[in-house]
Amino acid sequence: MNEQGAGRVIEVAFVLALPVAGALLLALVGHRAVAPTINAIVSFCTLAAAAALTVRVVEGGPLLAFHENFLVDPFNVFLVALTAFVGFTTSVFSRPYMRIEEQHGRLTPARLRLYHSMYQLFCFTMLLALTTNNVGILWVAMEAATLTTVLLVSLYRTPASLEAAWKYFILCGVGIAQALFGTILLYFAAEKVLGPGGGALLWTKLNAVRGQLEPTVLALAFVFLLVGYGTKVGFVPLHNWLPDAHAEGPTPVSAVLSGLLLNVALYAVVRCKVLVDGALPGAFAKNLMMGFGLLSVVVAAFLLARQRDIKRLFAYSSIEHMGIVTFAFGVGGPIASFAGLLHMTVHSLTKSAIFFAVGHATQKTGTQIIDDIRGLVTISPMIGWGLMLGTLAILGMPPFGVFASEFLILTTAMREQPWATPFLLTALGVAFAAVFSKVQPMVFGETTASRLPLRPAMLPVFTHLALVLMLGLWIPPYLADWYRQAARLIG
Amino acid sequence: MQALPLSSQLINLFASVLLLLAFAMLAQRRVVSLIGLFATQGLVLSLSTAVVAWSTSQPHLYESAGLTLLLKVIVLPWLLYRLVRKLDVRWEFEGLINIPTTMLIGIVLVVFSFNLALPISQLASTVTRSTLGIAMASVMLSFLMMITRRKAIPQVIGFLAMENGLFFAATSATYGMPMVVELGIALDVLVGMLILGVFFFQIREQFDSLDLKHLEKLKEGE
Amino acid sequence: MTITGLFSQLLQVVVALALAPLLIGWVNQCRAWLSNRRAPPITLPYRTIRKLFTKDAVVADNASPIFRITPYVVFGAMCCAAAIVPSLATTLPFASAADAIALVGLFALARVFIALAAMDIGTSFGSLGARREMFIGFLAEPALLMVLFTASLISGSTSLATIVDTLAHRELGIYPSLAFAGVAFTMVSLAENARIPIDNPATHLELTMIHEAMVLEYSARHLALLEWASWLKLFNYSCIGLALFVPFGIASGTGWTELLAAAPALIGKLAIGGALLALIETLSAKLRVFRAPEFLGTAFMLAVLAMLVNLLLGS
Repeated sequence: MNEQGAGRVIEVAFVLALPVAGALLLALVGHRAVAPTINAIVSFCTLAAAAALTVRVVEGGPLLAFHENFLVDPFNVFLVALTAFVGFTTSVFSRPYMRIEEQHGRLTPARLRLYHSMYQLFCFTMLLALTTNNVGILWVAMEAATLTTVLLVSLYRTPASLEAAWKYFILCGVGIAQALFGTILLYFAAEKVLGPGGGALLWTKLNAVRGQLEPTVLALAFVFLLVGYGTKVGFVPLHNWLPDAHAEGPTPVSAVLSGLLLNVALYAVVRCKVLVDGALPGAFAKNLMMGFGLLSVVVAAFLLARQRDIKRLFAYSSIEHMGIVTFAFGVGGPIASFAGLLHMTVHSLTKSAIFFAVGHATQKTGTQIIDDIRGLVTISPMIGWGLMLGTLAILGMPPFGVFASEFLILTTAMREQPWATPFLLTALGVAFAAVFSKVQPMVFGETTASRLPLRPAMLPVFTHLALVLMLGLWIPPYLADWYRQAARLIG
Repeated sequence: MQALPLSSQLINLFASVLLLLAFAMLAQRRVVSLIGLFATQGLVLSLSTAVVAWSTSQPHLYESAGLTLLLKVIVLPWLLYRLVRKLDVRWEFEGLINIPTTMLIGIVLVVFSFNLALPISQLASTVTRSTLGIAMASVMLSFLMMITRRKAIPQVIGFLAMENGLFFAATSATYGMPMVVELGIALDVLVGMLILGVFFFQIREQFDSLDLKHLEKLKEGE
Repeated sequence: MTITGLFSQLLQVVVALALAPLLIGWVNQCRAWLSNRRAPPITLPYRTIRKLFTKDAVVADNASPIFRITPYVVFGAMCCAAAIVPSLATTLPFASAADAIALVGLFALARVFIALAAMDIGTSFGSLGARREMFIGFLAEPALLMVLFTASLISGSTSLATIVDTLAHRELGIYPSLAFAGVAFTMVSLAENARIPIDNPATHLELTMIHEAMVLEYSARHLALLEWASWLKLFNYSCIGLALFVPFGIASGTGWTELLAAAPALIGKLAIGGALLALIETLSAKLRVFRAPEFLGTAFMLAVLAMLVNLLLGS
């Protein structure tokens, strides 16, 4: 892994610079009719840059850029691509969605300007967190991601949204402060090996000397890092902010929070786990991750049944799925890590698709209460089927990708951690019953509402679902290859 | 008994004062005094960083001391003070738990953090290693302050004080983080504070008060 | 036990007995000056004692023997304490008999007797004062013990003489733990000696008084002994504070010259300490009784912090 020439890293610069430029531009443009289009175009350009970067990495292998401050390897390149992709589709979805919100009088032009600008900045912080090689910058980016989304969550300025944003800010702020302490400890351990000024925060260097790092310090550091970033992943019992923030923010924000931010936070945890695995002889990090993962899966599954708000329902489902992924990484080994990565991908795609569908549904019916939404198929077949298919996909029905990854995780768990399988199976069963029984009447129930004349913009929903379906049936060989390489890295 | 070199003595003194300040913040009822304590904490932090820089001749620590001075002694307290004046919140407030009990919990936390820090500081080679326990204790105490306070501004001061404690931990364990990271952290804190400022006004506009009991409507399963 | 040792021991008790009224006279004089009043003569406490000893003692009809023996017990306890506290020299033969914890016990014994005697007569003021005294004592004692423990940690011994000897012979430096302990000790001393901000020694206001409420029923020689004992208590506390936190100039041997050199140092330090006490009292206002727990809680916390800081930083 060598420092690459300037010509080869231009894509990294583009991937990071485009959202910042977009944010500035959108802040300057203010709220004109063209703003949502600019937002979508910038997101598309970012996607193009990410695609180019991906091609580079596919051809040339992992690369380090800008004095080793940026690293793109098989593990994060597919997350970069995924982030850029979902970022783009969400911006496409938000174009009509936010316009209708404005027409309904829930938003003012000034707030839409804030929304567009912050949306791009949020994408930037996530991409920065993914591509940086510096554990310190990773922290800074994660904190910045919190800051940019706080104002997005409270965009409607309703009492409930303010409360959700406050909770989000304080909980994640405290959590991320713990992560900073963990980072300090990590730096402390690394500095003893690498010496001062030896780039002791660079992940590649840390990884190279991970066997020499002081185990006690690293164990403590990992606890802090896991709790810190875990707050953002939404591990039970640190998940309190998550359902509120998802339910009270605008739907595009819920989609990117669930589909992307949780992934990025989990990515941070896994990067740290790799270091700790190398330094500690036992399975300390793995056990912790399995514990947190399993707890999240079980608790979230049982809380699903109590939800009455559709967005909260799917927020809890996100906690559950993040728990599954964390558990998979905790089990470790090539198959479980492979499945974890696959699950991360399909969950992002499916969950954002579901939020798009839910967004349209709530916008049309004017409520988020599950009992008040009935007969979506009658009102608009596209939304109804979109939601139904998305729900089936997220619940792990074959032939969708979620089934494939969950199946892999379960079979690995049966072989390597048999004690955990009953918990997982029960949780999945409970989750299926809870979610399906709530969504089914929403889609097919009796309704008195008339058919809506407007055709919803369902292209992003079906694109995502098609991709998930494809991943369930056939994983492209280069993608499988990445997953395998990344899984080897994660261990 | 062997006396330590002057710089270590000064660092120890500053560390002890930081611990004392953390307790003072825990006990302080008035918001304006709380801001004053926070500014003092920043000042002590900056002084101690400067002393570390001087005794180990590490120029980049002077920069971070200067950054602390600018951000945590001047800018943030000033912002907070303006905010308090604009929002007109000078009331005395009651915490969730009464103050003597909070203090006792605080002492338990200090003992806990000292024990937690002991193995790490034994590994450290810095002149400041023994103060790591105090740094950890300050973090814990600020955390406690955030938990026990019901009003928005004291919670935020607790949050900022926690950041101070972390900064002190970084200085005492490793002579500070690399400059890029430190700048990033400072930027995050500043932006966070600005966002919170906006946020306070939104909360006030919505509830006519900064009491967080209004922000307890969202519960599980509703 | 050598003759010189015995002599220095004896000398110290005599000095304490002789200087205690002078100290309180000095404090009162400073207070008067600070509040722009004309000061009473510094020898007023001596005259008060002489006056009280010449009067006839009156004892209530229903007083039990406890009431009668209390002045002697309290005075005796304070004399014993004066023998233990190293004020002039650290080589005290009696000091090996009792350590810092026993000293606290001695103060507690005096407190218990005085409170019992106050309740003995059955007047409302007496029981009110006794209750408050026990309340304050219950809060102050842990803090006092914590301060002494901090000092013992530094020297590795609970014997006051050893502690002071260690503290007096270490290098000059900044010791945050001692600074915290010093502040805590000052706060405890204010409370224990019934000074502002816990009690006001200058008034007989029934709603606020603590110490005065307990000795209302005493007269003549009993009162003289109790007053003298309370001055001795202040003297003892001052000497403990000075010995722990400014131990310079204290004699470590028992030679004539050393003791002679130590005496002016002690008097000088007491004079400054007394003036500071007067300053604190002038500057602060008396707290409501129910704020006392907070005041003493702060003292306790400072003392605990001192100990923790000492454990962690070793300074």
